[in-house]
Amino acid sequence: MKNEFKIIANLLPLQSRVLDVGCGDGTLIKALIKEKDIDARGIELEEDKVKECISKGLSVIEGDAETELSQFPDKAFDFVILSQTLQAFYQPENVLAQLLRIGDKVIISIPNFGYWQIRASLLFFGKMPVTKSLPYTWYNTPNLHMCSIKDFYHFCERKKIKINKVIGINGEKTSSIYRINLEMKNLLSEVGIFLIS
Amino acid sequence: MNYKIENIKKIIVTNPLKLDCGQTIKDFPIAYETYGELNKKKNNAILIFHALTGDQFVAGDNPITNKGGWWTTAVGPGKAIDTDKYFIICANVLGGCMGSFGPKDINTKNNQPYGLKFPVITIKDMVRAQESILEHLKISKLLSVLGGSMGGMQVLQFCALYPDKTFSAIPIASTASHNAQQIALNELARQAIMSDPLWNKGNYYQDKKVPKNGLAVARMAAHITYMSDKGLQEKFGRKLQEKKDYEFTFDADFQIESYLRHQGKVFVERFDANSYLYISRAMDYFDLSKQFKNGLSEAFQNHNTKFLIISFSSDWLYPTKNSKEIVIALNASGANVAFAEIKTDKGHDSFLVDEPEFLKTIKGFLDSNFEIFKNEK
Repeated sequence: MKNEFKIIANLLPLQSRVLDVGCGDGTLIKALIKEKDIDARGIELEEDKVKECISKGLSVIEGDAETELSQFPDKAFDFVILSQTLQAFYQPENVLAQLLRIGDKVIISIPNFGYWQIRASLLFFGKMPVTKSLPYTWYNTPNLHMCSIKDFYHFCERKKIKINKVIGINGEKTSSIYRINLEMKNLLSEVGIFLIS
Repeated sequence: MNYKIENIKKIIVTNPLKLDCGQTIKDFPIAYETYGELNKKKNNAILIFHALTGDQFVAGDNPITNKGGWWTTAVGPGKAIDTDKYFIICANVLGGCMGSFGPKDINTKNNQPYGLKFPVITIKDMVRAQESILEHLKISKLLSVLGGSMGGMQVLQFCALYPDKTFSAIPIASTASHNAQQIALNELARQAIMSDPLWNKGNYYQDKKVPKNGLAVARMAAHITYMSDKGLQEKFGRKLQEKKDYEFTFDADFQIESYLRHQGKVFVERFDANSYLYISRAMDYFDLSKQFKNGLSEAFQNHNTKFLIISFSSDWLYPTKNSKEIVIALNASGANVAFAEIKTDKGHDSFLVDEPEFLKTIKGFLDSNFEIFKNEK
């Protein structure tokens, strides 16, 4: 399991109720059920991945999180997870509002557009960056709304969303992010994980 | 009905059953069939509910028609619903004509077949009647209940009535509430039957002149709704039936005409016209949300059942929209639900034909849930 999932799993208490939005092939959900006895559900857009999840016995529904989160009641879950997909929605702000409505807490990870390699790619080569966490080229990227850790941090503050915890990931290394080291971590982290409520 | 049905498995339900229509029935037969073996812990049992024109003969050969069971694509040794591993139960619905209590049975009060004197039944009545089989087989909790179309309605009804009697549930290509179009199509079929002079207000059993034509037309109309536009076009297109050009008559020039006529013809050999009226009526009355004050989501409140909802992209009779309504209600009640729409051109009938993606999904769901259920006990 990738480092990001391990960090997310560590944030979750035993036996909590969790929804993984855009759960892919269900790797994270499966681990959460097995290792932490978590009541984990998922929603996924791609039919093949949904069928793969169902075949593993996971409770995953096929659906578009952009429009279909409204079916869940308020605070239906203790935690809602959104891993590296916020930037792919047409209206990330609305999706985020839904996540905060249906989950007591929300864990969001974002590929950090403020990472130094990305900045360097544009600065030195004048080309749209292609990296490990952002492997697409400009013409086929599903990412419509890229942001940096700093952007999202400021966004939460402006929207009065409580930031409980921020963790930066660089390869296998992880570090806590606070207001005080935000500039530096925004430069050095490939991915940022936010626990918000 | 030219078949002898004396030698099939049945139980006599002795407990009085108060039907939704107000009448009470008792000491009536429910016919059923089983496949595979019930294990010692009795945790490998699966109850399958059949659709409108189905019967209890799911797999293997149907001893009455001498043809294959209606779901041999999915059920059998080594198949998606594996009879080497699971114990499969399927009963003929109340109102049916394969040995369960239905309108062609003799009313002991006057020694006449019931005909239209048979009480109007509902999906709920059917499910409650079938539950007696679990009691008979001493199974306290099933691994799964599943069924397509009307079978799916029974699945939902079963879960609403007996939340603790199954670990998982798979309603396929179904709905929680029969809509106007679905009722309309059933009404078309019923009118076809009732317009046949031989139907004779349901009294046709004595002189063996059954309303074959009316029932065949009903079947033809229904059969069209089971297939998709694309499926029909690919299979038949404008192909002619064993001829080079039009004959300028009303005989079956086109293959599709010939196909539908054949479907109608074979159907009347095995199905009772009055049963068709009664069962289709039960479907029309089905509206699960009506049974609960706060709507459909209340039906599944505090359930631990694991649901898998499946729809097919080209099914216009019970479209994905109907399945999504079930998913939404389940999610609203916090139930445990998985949902997939299978992309296929095979229409409503997709669940009956060999549709690998569908069968693979069912198999994975059942097998993985069996592992969980096994260890739970």
